[in-house]
Amino acid sequence: MSNEGYNARFINRQSFIELDARERAKALFDAGTSRELLGPFDRVESPWLAMQGVTPQEDDGCVVMKGKIAGQAAVVVALEGAFQGGSIGEVSGAKMTAALDLACADNEKGIRTSAVILLETGGVRLQEANLGLAVIAELMASILALRKHAPVICLTAGTVGCFGGMSLAAGLASYVVMTREARLGMNGPEVIEQENGVEEFDSSDRALIWAIHGGEQRYATGLADALVGDETPQVANAVRHLVSKGVPPVHRSSQVALYRNRIAKLDTSQQWNPKEFRALWTTNGSDEENR
Amino acid sequence: MEQIEFNYPAKRKVPKGAHVGVVGSGDLEVLLEPAEGEVAHVSIRTSVDGFLDTWKAVLDRFFTKYDGAVRIQINDAGATPGNVQLRLEQAVEVSER
Repeated sequence: MSNEGYNARFINRQSFIELDARERAKALFDAGTSRELLGPFDRVESPWLAMQGVTPQEDDGCVVMKGKIAGQAAVVVALEGAFQGGSIGEVSGAKMTAALDLACADNEKGIRTSAVILLETGGVRLQEANLGLAVIAELMASILALRKHAPVICLTAGTVGCFGGMSLAAGLASYVVMTREARLGMNGPEVIEQENGVEEFDSSDRALIWAIHGGEQRYATGLADALVGDETPQVANAVRHLVSKGVPPVHRSSQVALYRNRIAKLDTSQQWNPKEFRALWTTNGSDEENR
Repeated sequence: MEQIEFNYPAKRKVPKGAHVGVVGSGDLEVLLEPAEGEVAHVSIRTSVDGFLDTWKAVLDRFFTKYDGAVRIQINDAGATPGNVQLRLEQAVEVSER
């Protein structure tokens, strides 16, 4: 067969997307340096799910690991997309914010500690609505506190993607890393279609969805800082590189004038297609002139 | 959600625990921990009610071959009997590796 070589490469690749949250977190650390905090045997699970007839998971779908990345102290928090759509509840949220706050405290003591957050999530867990919403606010405060000291890296690999309130958290990150398969957006395609009709957004049109929410478009429009292939060594390399790079001189979310200016210049009387939008968006004012 | 408990006789100590699987649609999470005494205790939480007989059949078969003294916690999100069997065998493999 002529394509035998290609198939072998594809089959033998170490997919990152196929890993579960625990394996993903572990894969980012320098070999042999990671240890899990509040693992499944600690049985810190959601008290709210069983009351509503939903089977809980012992780690509440949130894996926290401490160790070293590129030789420096780092904490990785990974959401399990297969459990309740990676939704953030009281317990998973508390684990995430506590991990970031402890990293922040370490930084204040002079131990430089970066954070990597693996987001496969539809946002707030509906069964824990108000507590989940509170978590988003706490998480955003924790990211803002930590990112002054060390980079906070949000990684969305797919296939769930990152939506809802958690996309706002990703927006505050020092760096966003995505694969081509990942999606990042505030409202998911089904939600937009439900609210504004199929003419506004056809959620069954996968090409359209990825052209707007997909990693490639987010990278091309400057909303993601690295686009990686679905290969574990490539993903881990990108994270190592960003940890070593340190805190960016200006965070994306601090460039208020730049984005205001871009939105103001956008002619919304016509429908832009994603490709045209790419060119337009990135030429609509540079970082320097708006700073 | 239904809670189901089983006890089976056990003959030997198990070296370490194991955690496998995820509570995702059609899948389950298995936590296996070494226990004292000559009994294996299985505690199940499943999102699908009314399959007590099926759970019993799957576990009866599993414990015809397995004799470790353990506590097994299963959190199930509608896995098929075949899937349950595979996850249990995977947990045993991890705990004896």
